[in-house]
Amino acid sequence: MLTRLLLATALCALTAGAALAETPVKIGVLNDRSGVYADLSGEGSVVAARMAVEDFKAADKGLKVEIVSADHQNKPDVGASLARQWYDRDGVDAIFDVPTSSVALAVAQVSREKNKALIDSGGGTADLTGSQCAPTTVHWTYDTVALANGTGSAMVKRGGDTWFFLTADYAFGQALQRDTTGVVTKNGGKVVGSVKTPFPTSDFSSFLLQAQASKAKVIGLANAGGDTINAIKQAAEFGITEGGQALAGLLIFSSDVHALTPKVAQGLVFTEPFYWDLNDGTRAFSDRFAKLSGGKKPTAVQAGVYAGVLHYLKAVEALKSAKDGTQVVTKMKEIPTDDPLFGKGTIRADGRKIHDMYLFEVKKPSESKGPWDLYKTLATIPGNEAFRPMSEGNCPLVAKN
Amino acid sequence: MITILGVPMQALFGQLLLGLINGSFYAILSLGLAIIFGLLNIINFTHGAQYMMGAFVAWMLLNYAGLGYWWALILAPVIVGIFGVILERLLIARLYKLDHLYGLLLTFGLALIIQGLFRNEYGVSGLPYAIPTELSGGQRLPFMFLPNYRGWVVVASLVVCIATWLVIEKTKLGAYLRAATENPTLVQAFGVNVPLLLTLTYGFGVALAAFAGVLAAPVYSVNPNMGADIIIVVFAVVVIGGMGSILGSIVTGFTLGLIEGLTKVFYPEASSTVIFVIMVLVLLVKPAGLFGRTA
Amino acid sequence: MAHSAAAADAAPIATTGLPESRDARALHFRVFIGIAVMLVVLPFILYPVFLMKVLCFALFALAFNLLLGYGGLLSFGHAAYFGMASYLAAYAAKTWGVTPEIAILIGTITAALLGLVFGALAIRRQGIYFSMITLALAQMVFFFSLQAKFTGGEDGIQAVPRGHLFGVISLADDRVLYVLVALIFFAGLALIYRIIHSPFGQVLKAIRDNEPRAISLGYRANQYKLAVFVLSATLAGLAGSTKAIVFQLASLTDVHWSMSGEVVLMTLVGGMGTVFGPILGAFVIIAMENYLAQFGAWVTIIQGVVFVVCVLLFREGIVGLFARLLKKPL
Repeated sequence: MLTRLLLATALCALTAGAALAETPVKIGVLNDRSGVYADLSGEGSVVAARMAVEDFKAADKGLKVEIVSADHQNKPDVGASLARQWYDRDGVDAIFDVPTSSVALAVAQVSREKNKALIDSGGGTADLTGSQCAPTTVHWTYDTVALANGTGSAMVKRGGDTWFFLTADYAFGQALQRDTTGVVTKNGGKVVGSVKTPFPTSDFSSFLLQAQASKAKVIGLANAGGDTINAIKQAAEFGITEGGQALAGLLIFSSDVHALTPKVAQGLVFTEPFYWDLNDGTRAFSDRFAKLSGGKKPTAVQAGVYAGVLHYLKAVEALKSAKDGTQVVTKMKEIPTDDPLFGKGTIRADGRKIHDMYLFEVKKPSESKGPWDLYKTLATIPGNEAFRPMSEGNCPLVAKN
Repeated sequence: MITILGVPMQALFGQLLLGLINGSFYAILSLGLAIIFGLLNIINFTHGAQYMMGAFVAWMLLNYAGLGYWWALILAPVIVGIFGVILERLLIARLYKLDHLYGLLLTFGLALIIQGLFRNEYGVSGLPYAIPTELSGGQRLPFMFLPNYRGWVVVASLVVCIATWLVIEKTKLGAYLRAATENPTLVQAFGVNVPLLLTLTYGFGVALAAFAGVLAAPVYSVNPNMGADIIIVVFAVVVIGGMGSILGSIVTGFTLGLIEGLTKVFYPEASSTVIFVIMVLVLLVKPAGLFGRTA
Repeated sequence: MAHSAAAADAAPIATTGLPESRDARALHFRVFIGIAVMLVVLPFILYPVFLMKVLCFALFALAFNLLLGYGGLLSFGHAAYFGMASYLAAYAAKTWGVTPEIAILIGTITAALLGLVFGALAIRRQGIYFSMITLALAQMVFFFSLQAKFTGGEDGIQAVPRGHLFGVISLADDRVLYVLVALIFFAGLALIYRIIHSPFGQVLKAIRDNEPRAISLGYRANQYKLAVFVLSATLAGLAGSTKAIVFQLASLTDVHWSMSGEVVLMTLVGGMGTVFGPILGAFVIIAMENYLAQFGAWVTIIQGVVFVVCVLLFREGIVGLFARLLKKPL
């Protein structure tokens, strides 16, 4: 992997036009490559970043882009020290991806201190653009509030007005439950109960029985990763959906659904900003991506890294320098975003990237034509409705303005 | 309707039954761990990884060889058991004369390697494995919907646990085993091939873990980390039952499943911690565990 | 239980029971000088933040080794003291706005109190049962950390200010902070060395090697064991609090059981029962974690291989190996 990386950067360097004064840009992709988020970010995010550099034709535009990557092992101290080292020693100008909220917040802190850009794609916490926002942070792909908003309101509108939550017992799960509860009640629904599940849990049967007994129309899964997969697998076993209750995933990615297969996950409803089969642009990108990553289609997080790198390079090209993180991010906020994966959008003053979100449902096995034919689109949620309004985030950057 | 602390009696029955099902997994896993510890004096930290391997081998048999669940239930323990025998011969056998600590550290390292290799090959999101058609569907009991597969898990694990116990307590082979646990030198002097006995015991303990893995494959997420957290809980079960006690590990496995099941109703957040609370209490009152003999 | 055999295996040299020769003392003095020189020189060669991390973990491993190597007690729950101390230090610095030295002190005291309670429970049992009780108690601390409001759940406590030492010296500069961390580390090391070579340490070794004999000689073994347990927990807490200030965060990683496993690994690699081994062990493990990060998923596999190789080939650890070659305890 390292040699491939070195080769790629060497090629970049070779093909760069010698006539132009080159602006060096060093991008660091920092994510989970061995733990629970390795499939939704991991090596795929590096592939996506490389594709973005290629598609931007960086060399022709006088940018000499180099990509490095590392595994933060989902440990905030590892992530923070790698980030420091990259900024201080290795001359990295911007860090991308960073899943796992605790690591994302830690890296955001370091980036602000070192005045370097953080374009987060994999992290979920809305605090990145809320109470802990920074002039150097852009939060690209999603956040928990947007997912709760999308799924909560859409389900109530479709008649799912009573909810029961299976909540992973940690801050993240509780935030998902709190945000979704807010949306559900605002739309006239009611939460009839919830159960806190230890994290991680492999057996959800007991909690599913409690959910079943509540007679709620919707069972909200306020958890992630292996917990969500276990819960969905066992819900199928206990005939939850056949009994007329709907499952709503509050944080789930295409890599999870692919692992579950439509047979088990059918009928599951959730919100995501990206699906490979949305339109020609996403399909073309995803086919190329799949060729480079053993047939896997990109997840929303990996798509976010691609789009983020593309937009970041635009800002750097305009400034002719990548050194000042605040300047680059300010530029990124000035230029409207436009890419084949997320369409046209903007980045708000608090660093929140705004684009449409989609409400998806997992297809029945009979409707699915292949291993990656997973979703059908139920609704498009316009960006300005999906994300938390800037006034409610308590971001100090906005308060000052 | 009769309620206990606000929970309907009937719901409680359902939860107890589910607890028993989870207890089945604990029982098989801790049984294997206890057998290995009893005879080899090795705390087999690789047990969780071997449980995971059982589930993965079942998946591989289905996808590469077209062999379904029932074949996997027999073949996966055999294959993983052989793998265990190789590990024992090549590595673990070198540590018998040393303290537990080294066995623990070696098997911990092996677990990291095995889990890492599977992660590199198959990723972390997990692989699909369906419930066999014979066991899909379920029974509508008066107090709950019981999937047939869960019923099968209880039956299968009870049968395996009782059979293992009978073999160890009632047969000649078992007698050798027990004797070798007490005094290996003496048993060797009687012409029993103790090293072979040790190897086979390790292989058998590992096969039990793999068996639990196959049982788990249709209901739990089949991913390389599936055994990483359960191992700590299973340790606790073995310690509570009394290190090396066969009967202790079986009884404790099922009992703790029940207790965990009740905790999930009354204080769900603590259901993964309750086992450790019990462990501390038991060890403070009965130093060698519930069924262990005090040294 | 065979825990005394463990110690004999782990530290064949330190357990000879012979008083250390003046020769060995002189060697140790030179090693101390060597470490001091390295502490001054290394930041010019290696990245200071990386070094600070190494020093925090080295102190943690030293504290752990005090209990294992000299008390003969294998704790499988040392993350509890390390992690709780780092939470309390982070919380104090962030929410109460105290100066860093007070924050570190608060964290360290927390660990000491926790060590007193847990130690009193755990030392009643021996061998594997001791390890299991410490593990179980640490799991409860993990549960508490997950549940309690002030720890911030899995987000942890973020953006902890480094603050001004004694309210005067700003620690924002990595180099200034490095000096503080190096001083804390060196003081910790010197303290541990003093403990091991004090009469108290000699009694500990006697208890480790043969508890009934020590008791029959009139030593209250349990009081000694409790004392070394509390000392070990306190120093682990010092390491944890310092780490919270260095990285400006405290998180669940620090109280998770795998952290307890990691410190065992560091001690094993460096050399159990050697005074200086854990330092080198911590350096090797942290360096692997840092520099192998670019190899992605291979990190845990390489760690596993190191474990296996150590157990099979270098049971005495790197420093233990040197000690054997030099025929002197290190």
